[in-house]
Amino acid sequence: MKIELYIYLAIALFCIGIVGVLIRRNAIIVFMCIELMLNAVNLLLVAFSKMHHATGVATNPNAGIDGQLFVFFIMVVAAAEVSVGLAIIVMMFRNIHSVDINFLNRLKH
Amino acid sequence: MNTIFQLVWLVPLLPFVGFLINGLFRKSLSKGMTSVIGCGVILASFIISLLLFIEVKAGNTQVITLFDFISVGTLSIPFSFQVDQLSSIFLLIITGVGFLIHVYSASYMHEEENDHFARYFSYLNLFVFSMLLLVLGGNFVILFIGWEGVGLCSYLLIGYWFKNVNYTIAAKKAFIMNRIGDLGFLLAIFWMINQFGSVSFGDVFSKAPGEDVAVITGITLLLFIGATGKSAQIPLYTWLPDAMAGPTPVSALIHAATMVTAGIYMIARSNVLYSISQFSQDIVAYIGIATALFAATIALKQNDIKKVLAYSTVSQLGYMFVALGMGAYSIAVFHVMTHAFFKALLFLGSGSVIHAMGGEQDIRRMGGLSKKLKITHITFLIGTLAIAGFPFFSGFFSKDAILLAAFEKHNYIIYGLALFTAMLTGFYMFRLLILTFYGGFRGTEEQKHHLHESPAAMTIPLVLLAILSIIGGFVEVPAAIREGGNKLTQFLAPVIPIATGHEPVSHATEWALMALATGLVLIAVLFAFAKYRKYTASETTGFGKLLENKWYVDEFYDMIVVKPLRWFGKKIIVFTESEIIDWIVNGVGKLVQLGSRQLRLVQSGQVGSYVLLMVISMLVFFVIQFFVKK
Repeated sequence: MKIELYIYLAIALFCIGIVGVLIRRNAIIVFMCIELMLNAVNLLLVAFSKMHHATGVATNPNAGIDGQLFVFFIMVVAAAEVSVGLAIIVMMFRNIHSVDINFLNRLKH
Repeated sequence: MNTIFQLVWLVPLLPFVGFLINGLFRKSLSKGMTSVIGCGVILASFIISLLLFIEVKAGNTQVITLFDFISVGTLSIPFSFQVDQLSSIFLLIITGVGFLIHVYSASYMHEEENDHFARYFSYLNLFVFSMLLLVLGGNFVILFIGWEGVGLCSYLLIGYWFKNVNYTIAAKKAFIMNRIGDLGFLLAIFWMINQFGSVSFGDVFSKAPGEDVAVITGITLLLFIGATGKSAQIPLYTWLPDAMAGPTPVSALIHAATMVTAGIYMIARSNVLYSISQFSQDIVAYIGIATALFAATIALKQNDIKKVLAYSTVSQLGYMFVALGMGAYSIAVFHVMTHAFFKALLFLGSGSVIHAMGGEQDIRRMGGLSKKLKITHITFLIGTLAIAGFPFFSGFFSKDAILLAAFEKHNYIIYGLALFTAMLTGFYMFRLLILTFYGGFRGTEEQKHHLHESPAAMTIPLVLLAILSIIGGFVEVPAAIREGGNKLTQFLAPVIPIATGHEPVSHATEWALMALATGLVLIAVLFAFAKYRKYTASETTGFGKLLENKWYVDEFYDMIVVKPLRWFGKKIIVFTESEIIDWIVNGVGKLVQLGSRQLRLVQSGQVGSYVLLMVISMLVFFVIQFFVKK
């Protein structure tokens, strides 16, 4: 498959993520959108890794493998982030009985 | 290489050490200690100077380089001292007369408080240090350092009684007037560096003869501007009479005997340059004679004992410049020397009179002091005879030598004016003497009761200076009187080449000129006796009033320089200060306020808006990175 198609898909996912973060007020949705952006990046990394591997394998059997390594890192970080983020959301709901992020403007005080 | 030359750095250093000790420990030192240190260091310098002089007299001269002072690119200015005939003479005058005046001061200033007394001595030592630096310097820059140093000390000492506002104003006036002259000097140094690539005397004087005359004229005229400031010549002389605000020994040391002769020294030192430019020489001579005459006329009508002496100093300095302008540099140095003796004597004598009168300086309220102040009277009389040029006193030889120099150059205008000034000198000096010491006492009863001779510490310097005033002239007895005369000129010949090219006048003419000058001065003196023997104070009118008010020169300067400058300054204050500077300062404040008011809106606390901003800026960076920055 052509690499452009992967790129378009990744851009679409990323933009959906950004727009979601920007316009949605529900913290859980925002959270999911962040995950969406991360996964858009993951997708790109894997696609490029595969591409480099295909072109560079003749000289280097490990060509493009580092892209896939990054993906695993990102997944681990995302998992850790999810656990922290969800805990925050749970605490937020306990305190203000809402997951609307506009209530978080009280951070400035 | 003689060992005494190794010690030359001690000559200026000792007074400097004295300055540091007296200045730093002024609160803890007793007056006795202060005077011992203050006088002792000068005495030590004097002894070393004497040894140096003996060495120089044997024919050894040397330039001693102590260390590199400035070294930039191809320009190298060493911190060097030049010991030769000219500087050794000045060393002796400065340390010798300086020592006597220090001793005198110890007694004169005894009523001051401890720390002020020490402050006085530290300034005095600093002055001697600077003056020694000035005459020892082996190049124009070192000379200039000393030049500025003496200016500073002059300022400090004129304003010594700083609680009196008028005195501090006089100090400022002296400082500023000097600064105007110094600018000329500084420009001359820059020009020399540009032209010769060096400022050391040796280099400059050896390269000068090959240079364009116009350039040398420019340099010498700028140097002369410096000299008019320091040596109180027209147009910058007005500070000197006001400088009498300082303590009397200061007037004697700085404003009569040594500092004001710095200009003469500098020109005598640069005689090679001046000899090249006839135009500069003429300017020097005409300014000199104009100052001599002008100041002498003012001195005729002054009533403050120190002011008379101050104007007479200005007048005598004018004489020295005449000698310089006539190319008789060694004669100028000779007059510096004799003048140092008799003018220091006269000033110290006036100090003794002021001391006896309890601070009174107005000669209209004196009179008849000869009965009470015997030593002061005799020594003052000797000083007066010397300055008036009575035969065989020191002033006679030096003044006649100057007159002769003018006559030999066939410059009869200057000769005539100088002769007339000599008459005026005789007249005003005897007026001063008569009003102070003869006739009846015109002061208050209390002052009359208080009259007393000064203590020995004050009279001994007077006596020594009186002896010097009598015999000081014999170092340069004209050849007409004694075979093998003109010793000083011969001695200075390595530094100041003996002028050639004009026919020396015959001895008979010389005798006739001396007789003429003496006769005219005698007439003036007799006239003074006739006029002031029976003196009653009266209002002066007409021409006398003009003289009494010093030709209104101060008022004139005030009108054409000070007032416009003040007006200009005021305008600048109004315009720059409130319009421009205030606008900038307030503008900065307003800008910050306005900017922060707008920027504050960004910090809304809405997480969404923060994220939006983040995304927008990321996009902006993206666009810049990929499309703009190529």
